[in-house]
Amino acid sequence: MGYLSNVLFAIILIIGFGYFYLNVKKIIRNINLGVAVNRKDNAKARWKNMAMIALGQSKMVKRPVAGILHIIVYVGFVIINIELLEIIIDGLFGTHRIFSPLGVVYDILIGSFEILAFLVLFAVTVFLIRRNVVKLKRFIHSDLKGWPKSDANYILYFEIILMTLFLLMNATDLHLQNVPGGFSHFIKAGSFPISEFIAPVFNGMPNEAVMLLNESFWWLHIVGILVFMNYLYFSKHLHILLAFPNTYFANLNPQGQFDNLASVTAEVKLMMDPNADPFAAAPVSENEVPVKFGASDVQDLNWVQLLNAYTCTECGRCTSSCPANQTGKKLSPRKIMMDTRDRMEEVGKNIDSNKGVFVPDNKSLLNDYITPEELWACTSCNACVEECPVNISPLSIIMDMRRYLVMEQSAAPMPLNAMMTNIENNGAPWQYSQQDRLNWKND
Amino acid sequence: MSENLNVPTMAEMLAQGKQPEVLFWVGCAGSFDDRAKKITKAFVRILNRANVSFAVLGTEESCTGDPAKRAGNEFLFQMQAMMNIEVLNAYEAKKIVTACPHCFNTLKNEYPELGGHYEVVHHTEFLKSLLDSGRLTIEGGQFKGKRITFHDPCYLGRANNVYEAPRDLIQKLDVELLEMKRSKANGLCCGAGGAQMFKDAEPGNKEINVERTEDALETKPDIIAAGCPFCNTMLTDGVKNKEREGDVKVMDIAELIANAQDL
Repeated sequence: MGYLSNVLFAIILIIGFGYFYLNVKKIIRNINLGVAVNRKDNAKARWKNMAMIALGQSKMVKRPVAGILHIIVYVGFVIINIELLEIIIDGLFGTHRIFSPLGVVYDILIGSFEILAFLVLFAVTVFLIRRNVVKLKRFIHSDLKGWPKSDANYILYFEIILMTLFLLMNATDLHLQNVPGGFSHFIKAGSFPISEFIAPVFNGMPNEAVMLLNESFWWLHIVGILVFMNYLYFSKHLHILLAFPNTYFANLNPQGQFDNLASVTAEVKLMMDPNADPFAAAPVSENEVPVKFGASDVQDLNWVQLLNAYTCTECGRCTSSCPANQTGKKLSPRKIMMDTRDRMEEVGKNIDSNKGVFVPDNKSLLNDYITPEELWACTSCNACVEECPVNISPLSIIMDMRRYLVMEQSAAPMPLNAMMTNIENNGAPWQYSQQDRLNWKND
Repeated sequence: MSENLNVPTMAEMLAQGKQPEVLFWVGCAGSFDDRAKKITKAFVRILNRANVSFAVLGTEESCTGDPAKRAGNEFLFQMQAMMNIEVLNAYEAKKIVTACPHCFNTLKNEYPELGGHYEVVHHTEFLKSLLDSGRLTIEGGQFKGKRITFHDPCYLGRANNVYEAPRDLIQKLDVELLEMKRSKANGLCCGAGGAQMFKDAEPGNKEINVERTEDALETKPDIIAAGCPFCNTMLTDGVKNKEREGDVKVMDIAELIANAQDL
C-alpha cells in the first residue's frame, strides 16, 4: 500500500478531529449564551473540587455498585487512551508498535490495557443489565422515553465494540507474533493476559487472512474511537470531558446560600434611600435591554447553569433523591437539566440557520419545556445538588425560573401570594401583627 | 398562666447601656405558631438557667424574608433583609442565635452581601457550646433509655453542614440515638422547605411529610427529635396521619433538654 494508508489515516484523523472541533466551538458558543457570573475566585478550592470530584470520582461511590463499576470504565477509558497515542503514531508513520522497544514497561502497559479492557467489558455489561433487565427505577423513568434511553444503550454498545476490537486486534497480533520463524512485521512485543485466550481461535487460519483481520480490527478500532468522539456532541456522554470544567466552576458557597439578585439590590436601595428623588427619571442609556428579573429562557440563565446542562449525563441520582419526585410530583431535577440543554440546542440551531442571530421563535424554556407545576413542587432541599456526582445544580435553575414567575408575571400560587402579602404588611408569613411578636412570653 | 421567663429586649438592654452576649432571633414560627412557641420558651428556660445574657428584638423583629426568597420574590426578601439589617446594625448585634434553620441560613449566608455581618449559630450549636464550656449540664432525666431518632433539617444539614451538634446533645441525654435509613447529607426533606409550608402540594401520590415520617417510624422511636419548627409541624402531622400520636412524640432538641432538667 505504500504511503496510501498513512495518507488515508491522516485524512481520517483530520476529519475526525476537525468535525469535533467545529462542534466544540458550538458548545462553547451556546454556553456563552448565558449571562455572566464570576466563578474565577478561589482557584485553590476549585482545583481541589475538580481533583476530588471529577478526577477522584469521590461523589460517585456514594452509590457503591454503580460507583465502583463507573470507576473501572473511567480508569479504563483514561488509561487505554495512552494506547491511542501509539496507534496514531503507527498510523501516521507506518510503524508497528512504535513503543515496543520500552521492553518490560511496554509489557506492563499492554498487559494493563488488556485487563482494563476486560474489566470495562464486564462493567458495561452490568450497566446494560441494570438498564434493560433489572430496570432500575431511575433508568426507566419517564424522563428517558425515546432518544435518551436509546442514547444510553448506544453508548454502552459502543464501548463493548471498542473494547472487543482492541482485544481482537491484540489477539490476532499475538497469533502472528507466535508464527514459528516469525511473520511479516509482527515482532515479539507486549504481554497479552486476556487476548492470549482469544488467540487460539485463529489457529489453522492462513497467516495472510489473520493479518487482514488484524489490520481490519486496527482500522475499525481507531475509526470507532473517532466516531465515538464525535458522537459525544449528540449524546448525553459529554460529561467525560465537561465534568472537569463543571466541577471547577461549580458553586463554592454553602448549598443553602442562594444568590442575591444585584439588579434587585439596586432598586431596593433606591426605594429605601430617604434622599432619593422619587420623581427622577431612570437613567437612560442607549441600546440597553431592560433588566429581566429571573429566567424564562436559556439566555436568562448564567453560563455555569448552561454548562451544567451540557455536562448532565442523565444518571438520575438527583431525581431519585428528590422528595417531590419520590412522592409522585411532576418535578424531576434531571428533566430540568435535559430541558435546559434541549432548549439551548434549539436556540443554537436557530442562531446557526439565521446567520448568527437569534430570531424569536415564540418558544421559551418556561412553559414549552418546563411547566410552573414542576417548578412549584420544589422544596429547595438541595438533595439533587448533594447527589449530583459532578456538582450540577438543578435547584438554581428552578429558583431563577420561580423568580421570573413571581417578579415578572405575578404568577405565584394563590396561597404564596397571601403569604407574601402578610410579610409585606405585618412582617410575618401569617396574619399576625408585628406588635404581638413578644406575646409568647406571657402566654 | 404566665411563668417567670426573663426575656429582655435589645431596646431595654440599650436603655441600660448593656450589650447582650447573644441576640436570640425568635423567628415568625417561634413567635406566633402555637407549637413553635413552646420550643421558644424551652430554649429561653435553658438560657435563663445557664445565665446567658441574651436579648430579643421583640416587636422590632420581622420576617427574614426566607419564604419570600424561596418563593421567588427577591424584592420582598431584600426589602425585609435591609430593614432587619438596619435594626440589627443599629443595635450593633455581633452574635445571633436562632432555633429556626431557615432564619439561621438566611441570616448567616444571605445577609452579609447586603450589609449584615454577624456570627450566626443554630440553637443546637449554641447549646453545644454552653455544654462544652461547662455552663450547661445535661442529664437524661425522664428520657433516659428512650429511643430517639433525629430528623436533619435541610437548611441546617445539607445547606450548612451542621450534623453533629444536635446529635451530640441528644446523646448527652443517655438515650439510644437511632439513625434513619436516610440521614445527614442523605436526609429526606420534611416537605416544608422552599415556601411549601405556605401552599398545598402539587398533585402526586403521597405527601412528603408522610414519606419522611415513615422513615422515622421505621427506627421504632419513642421520640422523633427535630431542630426546626417547620419540620416539627410536618412530622407531627405525619405522626397523626399514621395514627401514632399516642406512642410517638415529636420534640425539638431544646424541649428535650429543658424537659430533662424539669425546667
